[in-house]
Amino acid sequence: MTEAQKTAHLLRRFGFGFSIKDAESLSFEEARNRLFTSNEQLEELYLQEEERVTMSALRTMSKEERKEILDDLAANVKKLNLQWIQIMGKADGQLREKMSLFWHGHFAVRMRGFAQVESYINTLRKYSLGNFGDLLMAISKEPAMLRFLNNVQNKKNSPNENFAREVMELFTLGRGNYTEQDIKEAARAFTGWGVNDSDEFELKINQHDNGNKTIFGKTGNWSGEDVIRMLLEKEETALFITRKIYRYFVNTEVDEQRVNELAKAFRDSNYHIPGLLKMIAESDWFYTEKNIGTHIKSPVELIVELNRTFGISYENPQPLLAVQRVLGQTLFFPPNVSGWAGGRNWIDNSTLITRMNLPRKLAEAGGLEMSMKSMDDEAPNEFQKAQGKNTFNCRFNWEAFENKFKQQKEEELWTALCAHLLSTLHPPKLPNHWNQDGALTRSENIRQMALYIARLPEYQLA
Amino acid sequence: MKRRQFLQLSGLSSTALLIPGFLKALETPRTAFTGKRVVIIQLSGGNDGLNTLIPFSNDAYYQARPKLAIPANQVLRLNDEAGFHPALSGWKSLYDEGFMSIYNAVGYPHPDRSHFRSMDIWHTASNSDEYLNTGWIGRLLDSNCQGTDHAWYAIEADDTLSLAMKGAHKSGFAVKDAARLHAAMKDPYYTSIQQTAAISSEESELSFLYKTLAATTSGSDYIYEKSKAKPSSSFYPQNELGKSLKDIAGLIQGGAETKVYYTSISGFDTHVRQAETQQRLFNLLGDAVKSFCTDLKNSGDFNDTVVMVFSEFGRRVKQNASNGTDHGTANSVFLFNGALKNAGIQNAMPSLTQLDDGDLIHQLDFRRIYATLLEKGIDYSSEAILGRKFDVLDFI
Repeated sequence: MTEAQKTAHLLRRFGFGFSIKDAESLSFEEARNRLFTSNEQLEELYLQEEERVTMSALRTMSKEERKEILDDLAANVKKLNLQWIQIMGKADGQLREKMSLFWHGHFAVRMRGFAQVESYINTLRKYSLGNFGDLLMAISKEPAMLRFLNNVQNKKNSPNENFAREVMELFTLGRGNYTEQDIKEAARAFTGWGVNDSDEFELKINQHDNGNKTIFGKTGNWSGEDVIRMLLEKEETALFITRKIYRYFVNTEVDEQRVNELAKAFRDSNYHIPGLLKMIAESDWFYTEKNIGTHIKSPVELIVELNRTFGISYENPQPLLAVQRVLGQTLFFPPNVSGWAGGRNWIDNSTLITRMNLPRKLAEAGGLEMSMKSMDDEAPNEFQKAQGKNTFNCRFNWEAFENKFKQQKEEELWTALCAHLLSTLHPPKLPNHWNQDGALTRSENIRQMALYIARLPEYQLA
Repeated sequence: MKRRQFLQLSGLSSTALLIPGFLKALETPRTAFTGKRVVIIQLSGGNDGLNTLIPFSNDAYYQARPKLAIPANQVLRLNDEAGFHPALSGWKSLYDEGFMSIYNAVGYPHPDRSHFRSMDIWHTASNSDEYLNTGWIGRLLDSNCQGTDHAWYAIEADDTLSLAMKGAHKSGFAVKDAARLHAAMKDPYYTSIQQTAAISSEESELSFLYKTLAATTSGSDYIYEKSKAKPSSSFYPQNELGKSLKDIAGLIQGGAETKVYYTSISGFDTHVRQAETQQRLFNLLGDAVKSFCTDLKNSGDFNDTVVMVFSEFGRRVKQNASNGTDHGTANSVFLFNGALKNAGIQNAMPSLTQLDDGDLIHQLDFRRIYATLLEKGIDYSSEAILGRKFDVLDFI
């Protein structure tokens, strides 16, 4: 495997591929160092103050006013979605963004309220490269999480077990590593974890159960924080999280021996997330053929990589919401608390053809021309209206893109473009008929070849 | 054990090795086609079942809905206690001819009142505290059509595919306009790339993507041919549902060996101004289903076709302050077939006084209807698909 192939693999898995800004001379060592040292800056997702509405203000409104505001809030969540898509494509802190996308699928929350979604995603991005324990604690106290998993309804004498169950089943231990009794008792420990009128976490003392609870065989007057600490002490948590990260970043076919070793080191490091990622990125086994080109890009990964690689700028990014929707991954709207299934689940006859046509439609200012199913309680006329708007209005930075290949001889162009755009170590062959009459100029040739390659099934893989 | 066949394809051998792999998949002998099929019509948004099949002799209904209740003298009566909304005259005539069975209070334990979650539960046939990534029809494709890649075994009349149609290995086929899709798949790009690809292993993700592409091409050919063979010339209402059902009738009459058809119509989330919305939606729903059943009856296909109409949940018994209704739980499911064993209303009308926090308590698990459709509607064993044994019903 060449250094260039290793670099490409690394950048596609730990980030969103090559940037239009990347120098062609970027060495593997430079790329890897940069990946782990460029994440200090955190550009928060943010909308203007006047666009915010708190939940407490909502409570004083009439039903009609509230409906209108909620629609606005949903529109704000969409703006936040597009803002994040843009940041993911441009940010130097690629590892932070990629990891945040991973955590978004792990700590999956689906809420319409803007302020809580904004707070949730910024917390996720802030802690995404810290210690897993800090992330777990912070995200468990997010109003979006407390509402989505009904902990705001979890009160002394009328417990709601939803959060207590999912924190074990989906966020830490995984199925089979706890008992129903553990869930019941843990739910009691989380009683009173709620949200105050300013939309912040608050422990409501009078709703909290101060009795003794027996969790994982230990008895005491445990608090919610205690439960989270107990979960972090368990080896199963390190294994569960490490296995999930391995499946996402390395291969869905898991090497259990390797995961065991990684999990042990992860736990010993007090769950230092970048440390775990670094062990993978600095290993030899990560760069072996069986781990390359096996990850089917998620719709968001596909969109962001196109934006990043071709330096696409949008007059109107709105149609990207429609793309996310028809391809099955809308940020802030995971299907349920278990997140997106991923892998082959992304692909069916409709999504594959839509994916393959996307680069061309973006480049030619085409339209999506698809009807969408309604989502949640969205009025049907709203999404029908949206269909008409889905004409792309964006610009590829072809000048910079072409510039990357100016040294290449004509006959090397196909191989060079394949190496730049595709993960596979066995690129397809240049079609026989390609530019036979020589009608394409050098510039047209690069553009058309690049679009041809970006439409391939191979391009769906990282 | 997996076959690791490394084909570094180059030169002439590439096409020679690659293409037969795809064609082989498409030529696998088909499972015997029984000629039976199921058509599913999804009402998205949570249709208000109590204003669909109206308990007109129940005082509690009128007390709960002072503005929204349909006056008893306007109800299209089926018996002494229940009748259809006046806009459903199409259904009334199908009912009178014995082509309709109805189950009341269909749902599942611990109902979820979120549209998305409840629809997921109906699509995946999961318990309400369980998250599945595959749909029940997708699992039908996975389990019973093993060894075939016939994309047309389950067709959804839409541009995108519902979760219900997604399996772990195979999925149904989304097509809204057969001619348009067929034309689009004729783009030489798709043939060209199949000849230059280098696929290292048959089990690889890349192989899966190319197989999906090949199945899309062959599926679009098949569906287009069948849709041309005998397009329905019957009259259907001019709306999305009417068009979808007309397309489906055309495929059935053209001899398509499709086991499941899926279509949906949205707009049933009637929090405000329910009366106007339902009037409009029921007009088109009633007429479209009536046209479809009549069309199939005339072509001799109605006996082998079961139609199911469902929604993700019903609505609260009490109306709200905006002349609408809010999200509820159990709901009626409507079934149509030309040779029903038991026509009519199959179980008791739901109690409007014994409620769970203002909502109907379910009497019948929806998966018993799925099990019946699978076992009797298209002759498949349902246990593996639904994850456990559900007792079948005897309407068919």
